Amino acid sequence: MFGDYSIGDLGSIFVMQGFAGLILFSVYVLMALGLAIIFGQMGVINMAHGEFMILGAYVTWMTSNIFQSYLPGLFSGYFFLAMILAFLASGALGMVVEWVLIRHLYKRPLDTLLATWGLSLMLQQAYRSVFGAREVGVELPQWMLGSLHVTDSIEVPINGVFVMGLTVLITISVAYVLYMSRWGRQVRAVVQNRIMAGAVGINTEKVDRYTFGLGCGIAGVAGSAFTMIGSTGPTSGQLYIVDTFLVVVFGGAASLLGTIASAFSISQTQSTLEFFMSGSMAKVLTLLAVVGILMLRPQGLFALKVRK
Amino acid sequence: MIINSRFFNRSELMGFIALAAVLFVILPLTLDVFRLNLVAKYLTYAFVAIGLVLCWGYGGILSLGQGVFFGLGGYCMAMFLKLEASSVENTKIQSTPGIPDFMDWNQITSLPLFWQPFHSLTFTVLAIILVPGLFALIIGTAMFKRRVGGTYFAIITQAVAAILTILIVGQQGYTGGINGMTDLRTLKGWDIRPDHAKIILYFVEVVLLFACIGIAQFIRLTKLGRILVAMREQEDRVRFSGYSVANFKIFAFCMAAIFAAIGGAMFALNVGFMSPSFVGIVPSIEMVIYTAVGGRMSIFGAIWGAILVNFAKTSLSESFPQLWLFGLGALFIAVVLAFPNGLSGLWADYVQPRIDRLFASRKAKTSWSENSVADGAPAE
Repeated sequence: MFGDYSIGDLGSIFVMQGFAGLILFSVYVLMALGLAIIFGQMGVINMAHGEFMILGAYVTWMTSNIFQSYLPGLFSGYFFLAMILAFLASGALGMVVEWVLIRHLYKRPLDTLLATWGLSLMLQQAYRSVFGAREVGVELPQWMLGSLHVTDSIEVPINGVFVMGLTVLITISVAYVLYMSRWGRQVRAVVQNRIMAGAVGINTEKVDRYTFGLGCGIAGVAGSAFTMIGSTGPTSGQLYIVDTFLVVVFGGAASLLGTIASAFSISQTQSTLEFFMSGSMAKVLTLLAVVGILMLRPQGLFALKVRK
Repeated sequence: MIINSRFFNRSELMGFIALAAVLFVILPLTLDVFRLNLVAKYLTYAFVAIGLVLCWGYGGILSLGQGVFFGLGGYCMAMFLKLEASSVENTKIQSTPGIPDFMDWNQITSLPLFWQPFHSLTFTVLAIILVPGLFALIIGTAMFKRRVGGTYFAIITQAVAAILTILIVGQQGYTGGINGMTDLRTLKGWDIRPDHAKIILYFVEVVLLFACIGIAQFIRLTKLGRILVAMREQEDRVRFSGYSVANFKIFAFCMAAIFAAIGGAMFALNVGFMSPSFVGIVPSIEMVIYTAVGGRMSIFGAIWGAILVNFAKTSLSESFPQLWLFGLGALFIAVVLAFPNGLSGLWADYVQPRIDRLFASRKAKTSWSENSVADGAPAE
C-alpha cells in the first residue's frame, strides 16, 4: 500500500492527514471536555450532550444571520459574540435540565441515560420544528477562508487552525477553572465525597447545577466551533455521541489529561487509516481497537487510583 | 391444569391467560392480515424485551446493544431466505446468476465463503442461536470477568452496536449495505408473502414467544433467578458468599442475546426484509424503552410494553409525525422519573389490589369459613 508513493509524498500525506486528524481531534476534545465533566465528575450519562452541542451550532447560525442582515460591517467579528451566546444558551438549558430532571436521578446513573435519551429525542424534534429538517451552514467571514501554504504539497486551512487554537484556549481555561479556582476545588470536593463536602459548608446542590451547566455550556461552544467545519442538522449531534463517550471512557473517566490523550490517539488513528481504506472501515477498525483495549484495560488510559 | 400454581402465582397466571387470550384468540379474530402482520412485527421486539427483563430487570446489566443480537439473528435468517430467493432461475438476468442481487450490483462474482453454509436450513437455525450466543459470550466474558459493569458496560455495548452498523452499511457487497436484504420470498419452497402464510407465521411466532416466556419464568424461579436478584442488590455479598458473579452475569447476558436473536429471525420471516436500521444505537435504545415502559421487573409487562409502545408509534407517527418524538421522549422521562417499574408497576400498585379485594369480598360472601377468608385476603 505504500509502493505507489515516494517518501516525500508519504511525508506530505501523513502531515495532511495528521492535520485533518487534528481538526477531528479538536471537535472530539471540545465535546469530550463537557462530557468528561458531566460523566467523569458527576457520573451522569448525558445522552443529550450532542443536542446541547447542536443548540450552540444553531445559536451561532442565528447570530451570523442577524449580523449579516443588520450589522454587515461587524460581520468579520460575529463569531466571538456567537461563541459566548452559544455558551450561555447551552449552559442555561443545561441548568434548567439539571433542576427539572437530573437532580432526581443522581443515585441511578443508568436511569439518567434513559431520561436524557428521552430529552435528546424531544430536543431533536424541537430543532426540527423550529429550524426545519434541512441542514444549515454558516457563512464564514472572509479572513477565515483560504489556507496557508506551508510547502508546495502541504496546505493548511485557516478555519482549522482557528478551531485548534480555540480548543487549546478552552482546554486551558477549563483546566484552570477546575484545578485553580475556588469553585473548581468545590466541584472536585463534591465529586470525591459528597457528604463531607456538604458538612464543611459547600452547597452541593448548587455546585451540581453549575457543574452540569458548565459541561453543557462547553458543548455549546463545541457546537459553535463545529459550524466552521461542517453543516448542522437536527440529528447531527447523535452522530458524535458514541464516539465522544468512547473518548471519555478510553481516557479514563475522571481524568482531563486522559480525555485529551485519548481524543488525540483516536482521531489520529482514524484519519490516518482513512487515507488507506474507506472511511467506514477506518472507523470500524478504530472503534474496534478502542473497544478491544478497553476490554484489556477497563479503567482507561489514565485512571485515578481510588479505593472503593 | 397444566400450569401448576407454583410455576405462576395467581396474578402471573392471570397475566398469562390474558396475554394468551389476546394473542391467540382476540387479535387474530378482530384484525385484518395487514394489522396482524404489524402485531407480529411488534412481537419480535417482545422477545428482546423478555431478554432485557432477565438481564436488566433481574441481573441489573443494562445492555444498549440488544439491536446487535436482534440484527445477527435477523441477518442469519435473511441470508438463508435471500440465498433461496436468488436461485439461478430467479437471477438469470444478472451477470453472475445464482448470487444475491446486491452482490451482483457490487461486482462480486462468486458467493463469499461465509455465505456458503447458509444454503442449509439446519445450519441457519443453529447459527441464529449460536452466533449471537457466542458473540455475547465473548463480550460478556471479556467484560464481566474484569468486573466491568454498569455504565461502562452500557457504553461499550453501545459502541459495539455502532461498529456493527457501520460495518454492515460499509460492506455493501457482502451485506446489502444500507438497504439491507430485501425481496425475501420463500422458506424451503413455501412462499412467505401471501396472507395465509403471514397468519401461520404469526401463530408460529406466538408459540415461540410463549416458549421463551416459559424459559424465562423457569430461570426466574430457580435458584439462578434468586442469585441474579441478589447480585443486582448486593454484588459484593454474593461474591463473598462464594458465587462466581461473572458467570451468572455472562449467562443472563447470553440468554438475553439468544432471545433477541430469535426475535430478529422472526422479524426477517414476518416482515420480509432485514436492514441495518434495526441494528444500531437508536433501535437498541428503543428496545430498552419498550422494556422500561412495560416494566423491567415483569415479563408480561415488558411484552405489553413492546406491543403498546410500537402500536402508539405506528398510529401516532402515521397521523402526527411531529408529536411522536415529543411523546416518546416525554413518555421516557416520565417512566424514569415517576414510575420506574413501568406499566406493570402501576398495575401492581393500583389495579391488582382492587382485583384482590374483589376476589376477597366475593369469597367472603360465598363461604363464611375462616380458611377462605384468610386465603382471599390481599396478600403480597
